[in-house]
Amino acid sequence: MSFFTEEQIYRYSRHIILPEVGGKGQKKLMEARVLLLGAGGLGSPAAIYLAAAGIGTIGIIDFDIVDMSNLQRQILHGVNDIGRLKAESAHDTIKSLNPDVKVELYKERLTSENIISIFKGYDIVVDGCDNFPTRYLVNDACIMTDKTNVHGSIFRFDGQVTVFKPKEGPCYRCLYPEPPPAGLVPSCQEAGVLGVLPGIIGTLQAVEVIKLILGIGKPLIGRLLLYNSLDTDFRQVKLRRDINCPVCGDNPTIKGLINYEEFCGVGRH
Amino acid sequence: MAVRVRIPSPLQKLTNNQSEVTAHGKNVKEIFSDLEVQYPGIKNRLYDESGNLRRFINIYINDEDIRFLKNEESELKDGDSISIIPAIAGGGCVILHRRTDLQI
Ligand SMILES: [Zn+2]
Repeated sequence: MSFFTEEQIYRYSRHIILPEVGGKGQKKLMEARVLLLGAGGLGSPAAIYLAAAGIGTIGIIDFDIVDMSNLQRQILHGVNDIGRLKAESAHDTIKSLNPDVKVELYKERLTSENIISIFKGYDIVVDGCDNFPTRYLVNDACIMTDKTNVHGSIFRFDGQVTVFKPKEGPCYRCLYPEPPPAGLVPSCQEAGVLGVLPGIIGTLQAVEVIKLILGIGKPLIGRLLLYNSLDTDFRQVKLRRDINCPVCGDNPTIKGLINYEEFCGVGRH
Repeated sequence: MAVRVRIPSPLQKLTNNQSEVTAHGKNVKEIFSDLEVQYPGIKNRLYDESGNLRRFINIYINDEDIRFLKNEESELKDGDSISIIPAIAGGGCVILHRRTDLQI
């Protein structure tokens, strides 16, 4: 008895024909569980390509509501979704593209209370969230639950992508031990972002997720990919694990989740 | 020593919108002092009040983080390239801007 239906063999034929993927690889994709943090700018292209690739289970955590100003870049959503929960809109878009995908929704804010139990159910976390407290929360929770974090971030015309894999490479705190002071951080609304940019960065995140699941190629561990859309410049720099890192260093001082709003000097908003 | 310095977009206002500038010096410290002479105000964005490089900004010589070399004392060769890379959080947020820079 085949693992695949005939329709699936046809749907995924361009994957299956690749020796690097094959039926074996496609089965791995269909058995994988990937969690997307946010169904916004970065989460949209990542969700769409991961769903198209046949990822078995996609979790989406997002408590936000679709607004007209999201449609400039958040391609999971359309005009008819304005006012709906992004998680629900994302669910419908994914299902219409590929009904094989099981979609699990978390219509809540990611917090120190819920993050560990949510992360435990997934193989890989795709971080596309939009603020520093959540970045540090996600980092620490990934170390504590031993989950690989496929990290993407964008600002105006610039994007960054890397993969943080516990024990094999550095973490976010090794890269940036401290967040910028809150006063220096403008909100996304204030600063703006080129609408296509998350399309590039979120899609690169999807590629890294698929490589990690298939175990092919060289994952972006210990390397930070920098993209500048104005100069059309892709560069890479090396990231190293900091032996003094408070979470993944040789003598970690942070062994449980902390108050991240306080750590980043911001109040809840 | 002449090196190229890549300027991140939040600081380009200070460099007449140039994304890359040339500076002279034998180590990173000297390069930043030279930058300050050419583009006053830039040092303020890179260093905190106690004169330390801000921890949410990383400095690379070619593709190596200076924290894993000799920090600001890291020596330079002709033709090296320095990158200033700030932490960005977005789905679209960053640093290094002052809120007032963003007002239209
Ligand atoms: Zn670390």
